[in-house]
Amino acid sequence: MSELEHNDPLVIAGQTFRSRLLVGTGKYKDMAETGAAIEASGAEIVTMAVRRTNLGQNPDEPNLLDVISPERYTLLPNTAGCYTADDAVRTCRLARELLDGHDLVKLEVLGDQKTLYPNIVETVKAAETLVKDGFKVMVYTNDDPIVAKRLEEIGCVAVMPLGSLIGSGLGIQNPHNIRLILEEAQVPILVDAGIGTPSEAAMAMEMGCAGVLVNSAIAGAQNPVLMAQAMQKAVQAGREAHLAVRMPRKAYASASSPLEGVINN
Amino acid sequence: MQIQVNGEALEVQESTTLADLTEQLQLTGKRIAIELNLEIIPRSEHAATRLSSGDRVEIVHAIGGG
Repeated sequence: MSELEHNDPLVIAGQTFRSRLLVGTGKYKDMAETGAAIEASGAEIVTMAVRRTNLGQNPDEPNLLDVISPERYTLLPNTAGCYTADDAVRTCRLARELLDGHDLVKLEVLGDQKTLYPNIVETVKAAETLVKDGFKVMVYTNDDPIVAKRLEEIGCVAVMPLGSLIGSGLGIQNPHNIRLILEEAQVPILVDAGIGTPSEAAMAMEMGCAGVLVNSAIAGAQNPVLMAQAMQKAVQAGREAHLAVRMPRKAYASASSPLEGVINN
Repeated sequence: MQIQVNGEALEVQESTTLADLTEQLQLTGKRIAIELNLEIIPRSEHAATRLSSGDRVEIVHAIGGG
């Protein structure tokens, strides 16, 4: 680990993390691939979903928590698939019991199946209930700066606007809105959803995002393990570039080599 | 008596506890969470929680997700 990384932790709800890349565990071929890709990503915060247990079928089927151990990773249960505040709150409470009282959750309340766009009305309602119930809420939202601020005021510990639709790999469609959100934010802002390539993850980090959450871009690559490694580097490079502050843009050329001593007549 | 588990009807003996139910379903020791009639029942209370006819039980576990 480099000196810089060591001195520049991601802080969420008072907990510090070295990696600013958060990864999901969906869409992988099998548990072995999931484990290998997560490991290669260097991520410390890893999302998971909560679903009904299949009764009477394969009782010995490997459990996600056997591969992604809660002792090693900070698990971030999501409320994916929930379309109402009530279902999302219920899912978070089940997750807290499942993970022995762990109260960091990723809230997402969706609007429809075609876009998986967040339903903001239900998201706000669920966030209010969960915060009152003692949960530390990282919230998936659209890229509306007013909504992002409202979710922060409710007490969410991190706000996670979409770059583009979940699973689309279309990158950050409206970087100007992400900048507006960043300008006002007092909590970590992470781009969640839409990242398709490492360059897009780096772009989010260069803009000043505290982190990015990536799932499909890794799981959907032909070589997920190699892509996980690439994402790790991109997030780190983007963060370092943000801290270094980029050169100003100029309208005209500015020679890199000195003009003095040029051989000419 | 009949109860509902994850939306499916299931026949269990009178005075079955949640711990008995998890054993019957071969889920003892698995990382699961249980909700009984929309209320979370902590793991520590499974052995002491008796089911009644018509109870709705949800048993969940962690799976991959983004």
